[in-house]
Amino acid sequence: MINKAGRDIPLVIPGFKEVKLYNGAFGTVPTGRVVGPKITVNKPRSEKIVKSIDQAIEATGLKSGMTISFHHHFRNGDYVLNMVVEAIARKGIKDITLAASSLTSTHDAIIPFIEQGVITAIETSGGRGKLGELFTSGKYLKKPVLIRSHGGRARAIESGELAIDVAFIGAPACDTYGNINGIEGKSACGSMGYAMCDATYADQVVAITDHLVPHPLFPISIPQTNVDYIVEVDAIGDPKGIASGALRISRDPKELIIAEYAASVIEYSGYFKNDYSLQLGSGGASLAAAQFIKEKMIEQGIVGSFGVGGITAPFIDMLEQGLFKTLFDVQDFDIPSIDSLRNNPNHLEMSASYYANPHNRGPIVNKLDVVILSATEVDVDFNVNVITNSNGVIMGASGGHCDTAAGAGLSIVVAPLLRGRLPMVLDRVHTIVTPGETVDVIVTERGVAVNPNRKDVLENLKEANIPLMSIEELQHIAYNLTGKPEAIPVTDDIVGVVEYRDGTILDVIRKPV
Amino acid sequence: MEKLRRAMMFVPGNNPGMLQNAGIYKADTVIFDVEDSVLISEKDAARQLVHNVIKTVKYPCEVAVRINHITTPYGKEDLAVILPAKPDLIRLPKAETAEEIKIIDEIISEAEEKNGFAHGSIKMMAAIETAKGLMKAYEICSASPRMVALALGAEDFLADLKTTRSSHGSELFGARSQIILAARAAGVQAIDTVFTNVNDEEAFIAETTRIKEMGFDGKSVINPRQIKMLYKIFAPTEKEIDLAERVLAAYEEAKAKNSGVIALNGKMIDVPVVTRAERVIGYARALGLRKGGSTND
Repeated sequence: MINKAGRDIPLVIPGFKEVKLYNGAFGTVPTGRVVGPKITVNKPRSEKIVKSIDQAIEATGLKSGMTISFHHHFRNGDYVLNMVVEAIARKGIKDITLAASSLTSTHDAIIPFIEQGVITAIETSGGRGKLGELFTSGKYLKKPVLIRSHGGRARAIESGELAIDVAFIGAPACDTYGNINGIEGKSACGSMGYAMCDATYADQVVAITDHLVPHPLFPISIPQTNVDYIVEVDAIGDPKGIASGALRISRDPKELIIAEYAASVIEYSGYFKNDYSLQLGSGGASLAAAQFIKEKMIEQGIVGSFGVGGITAPFIDMLEQGLFKTLFDVQDFDIPSIDSLRNNPNHLEMSASYYANPHNRGPIVNKLDVVILSATEVDVDFNVNVITNSNGVIMGASGGHCDTAAGAGLSIVVAPLLRGRLPMVLDRVHTIVTPGETVDVIVTERGVAVNPNRKDVLENLKEANIPLMSIEELQHIAYNLTGKPEAIPVTDDIVGVVEYRDGTILDVIRKPV
Repeated sequence: MEKLRRAMMFVPGNNPGMLQNAGIYKADTVIFDVEDSVLISEKDAARQLVHNVIKTVKYPCEVAVRINHITTPYGKEDLAVILPAKPDLIRLPKAETAEEIKIIDEIISEAEEKNGFAHGSIKMMAAIETAKGLMKAYEICSASPRMVALALGAEDFLADLKTTRSSHGSELFGARSQIILAARAAGVQAIDTVFTNVNDEEAFIAETTRIKEMGFDGKSVINPRQIKMLYKIFAPTEKEIDLAERVLAAYEEAKAKNSGVIALNGKMIDVPVVTRAERVIGYARALGLRKGGSTND
């Protein structure tokens, strides 16, 4: 069946109970009720601390066929997921569904356990490197990898579609009764936003910490009321992989040009006024745009209401200079951001549901004026792919891309028009992660294209000194230099399913030939 | 109005990625280099690449090629391969005599005829990089009607002078002064040398401010990041633009009325004032400060 994004989705997909077709960004009305975890009891003066991960697994009663979850705030420095999966394998448990909020290259270490059948299903935001290649191969896993956005994952947890039996939470600081925060300890990662949903809705929650402190810990990000067991280990992560130093502004001249155009788009869009709100991606051009936007805000005396993210140092800088009143933070990328969350009362931690869940009473993305997002490739219908590469292999993550594009008043996608010999504006992206109806402007180094359904924005941008053109003209420039790329030949085997944030199926990833 | 050549950006002629993207940085001129940035073993490949890229890619700016010196084993071959692609401008390095310019002029004339290009459509410029060349600067710029600019190449020049580059630039003061004088006397543009430390933005701004005050029309740059800073320095103020517009309006009005004497606010407007005003408006348009497009369009 062809869904509303024009994608051919089979009505039966192995491992999926029901295939609901994408029906437009806001075309699906949710029904039912929010689910809850099992009711439990904790008797006074009982002990939550167990000696090892193995003991914690035993205590939870984790069995073959269950679903476990992890959060990805430790990014490339994460030790927790690998340690737990290894322990599960040691116990002879098999057929586990792994529901990690995202996976990074450090998780390549679990590949042997996928091969051995310990993990047989994966629901996450994406995959990179060898894991991405393994997903794309279609080998070992019993069903296609399920790709969810951050908001979509929160929704799936709350609706019960993603029922977590045991959530394992890497806790940078944890007290002896299970209160957790992410801002203290040697493995501080800042916000615990993604883990908050897991902790609230999982049937059982295990905190794994390398910084166990006396009760009570304060401030509390994840409360003791959600935590069943606590394990102390030597290290939950590598600080170097968790957070970088302050990210430097790009010096790549091509990225700078894209950033300048993106900043001009914001300036002339009609959204650039006092109390506007902004989200920035963590890509090079997006961060560079922050610098130009900051200059324009200072010049024109504009103060924004709030910033959202994925928080990085440029945002902290703007918060500290009073250019934004507040930051809402679901994840931190660098040390200045973690320090700020610890020290600045105007820097607020939020859960993934508060951030982007489309089926609660109002995620913050709905109040967002402007977002800058990056892209691997875009197409003439403004669809965006951030998940498969030019060979059709999974090499990226959905993240909050489609959530913020749908929520923001103005969604700007920045991408180079050419990567080497490859054009990035295509007839059809290989995989849709963000539907074109939610993308307003595409900014490249050679031109800026406005979605024809945003005539208001197009009109406003005529005043800006930027090369405005239609998306077809942009594509024409690219194809003139590179020729028209051939579609990636694929088999009928579905190896990945891209779920839209509302739980419908936006696209499927087929195994390349 | 005179063609603007504020930023003339060098691009190595053997780097396909850089050549492909050279047009996006808003340089007034891109100079594809087959001389110093290309190893002897890669000269032939670079020539072919530059030929093909000029024929294939539509650049939004002037396209120049810096050839090897005409007396080296590569210079003539550079011209033979590249001229049929019709670059806008040929830049000769290490110019020392008017003769060299005349030789190249003849080669270009032949190529224009052979390829059916309009006579004189391919321009020339030369860089002074030796004391000997500097002494012949005026003759060099006057040697061919194709000549549009004279540049300084400081690195070789200072080696020839037996000194090195300083932060204050006094070692180049003499050369810069002479190049401005020679260029102006011959009616061509004067282009300053590159500033190689791309990360020292402060020093780049100081040097560019200085050469603009001296009268240079532009500067060779080696990194796209220098272009925006350079244009900021060459940008006229709003007041200068206003005055220039009024001067040109008064001039047009006087021309329409066939009036010999032109005055604005009681002051006489003569030819240099009009020329200066045109130059200011050219800069303003190139920066989008005034409508009408730059003179590069």
